[in-house]
Amino acid sequence: MNTIVKMLITLTIVGVISGGLLSQISNWAEPKIEMNRKLETERAIFLVQPEAKSYLKIEEADFELYQVFKDENKSESIGYALPFEGNGFQGKIRLMVGVNVDLQQLVGLEVLEQVETPGLGTKVTEKPFTNQFIGLTANPIVNWTKAEANKDKSEIQTITGATISSKAIVVIINDGLSKLRSTVENGEAK
Amino acid sequence: MSKNVSAVKDFTKGLWEQNAVFKQVLGMCPTLAVTVSAINGIAMALATTFVLVFSSMIISLIRKLIPTQVRIASYILIIATFVTIVDLVMKALFPELSKALGPYIPLIVVNCLILGRQEAFSSKNGVFRSVLDALGMGAGFLLALFMLGGVREILGSRTLLGFQVLPNLYEPWLVMILPAGAFLTLGLLMAYFNNREINKKTKQREAILQKHLSSKQSPAVEGGEA
Repeated sequence: MNTIVKMLITLTIVGVISGGLLSQISNWAEPKIEMNRKLETERAIFLVQPEAKSYLKIEEADFELYQVFKDENKSESIGYALPFEGNGFQGKIRLMVGVNVDLQQLVGLEVLEQVETPGLGTKVTEKPFTNQFIGLTANPIVNWTKAEANKDKSEIQTITGATISSKAIVVIINDGLSKLRSTVENGEAK
Repeated sequence: MSKNVSAVKDFTKGLWEQNAVFKQVLGMCPTLAVTVSAINGIAMALATTFVLVFSSMIISLIRKLIPTQVRIASYILIIATFVTIVDLVMKALFPELSKALGPYIPLIVVNCLILGRQEAFSSKNGVFRSVLDALGMGAGFLLALFMLGGVREILGSRTLLGFQVLPNLYEPWLVMILPAGAFLTLGLLMAYFNNREINKKTKQREAILQKHLSSKQSPAVEGGEA
């Protein structure tokens, strides 16, 4: 009996002190972490929408979506920045796509998170691959090919040795686009 | 005097003699997983050292108050507290590094190096010695992770701490930054160090044998002394 009480008291005291300490640290760290996350999103938005000067989060959409504007006072919209994720070769790929205002042309692509094979799949994050998407018209969707890409057919060329990763990017973009289009058409985001 | 010697010993034994990675083969999960570059290795080792030092300090302070039946549970609670602190602080101040290390920071909780030191050392010794022991073990861990990360970074991506050290002529060995590279590097490093140690021991033994033989060969001198 005595030992049980002592055990309980010890664990309770240790737990309470630990919890108290952590809540203090968390109070200090949370705003900073939130800030980092925001900065990162902001950086990615301006990377995929190089002409944008300001952006606005669209709260009505049931997924994360940002509308970007040509000037600071948010009058003329020039498109959308859409963070979207899907499955890659081994794990999740998260990317940010820049789409122009009529939802047809891609303006930019940035891979935010990925766990692809180093040296092969990770090439999807590099310029030679992502630049293929810039200015590409997704009409109606982006296609992929292993041969030379034909821009008129909305094609991009996959990477040798990383076909699955390349295809995954295309699939994620197409999923994101269809979601974005249906949301905009339903008038949830103007 | 002897107290000073033992204090120094508390620190230095973790550096090499009982090195967590090369000698005790503890904490393999973070060792193998994060050492794709030297900087990752350093960050991981520093985070682990921080947790190790503070847990050792607290645990050696309250070691007499904790009932033996719940000691492991209490240790884990204390360790987990410090790990969460490290995780939060890293996320707040070094988001890039925190991203690179990913889930391996929270996983420090179950690094057997830390719990092992609490069981083997802090729960039996005073604060001063426990902190020295933790610092030594941490420094040894840092040394090991830096070596592993350094070798893998140089061979796998031509750089060390971000600076290019091998010419572009050299084609990076991709395998070095894949998990297989971690096992290869660790195995080869361990083999090298063990081999060196064995050689040293053999030499020592030979030296003793030589001395013994030469003293036998000149019995006249010995006899004369006797």
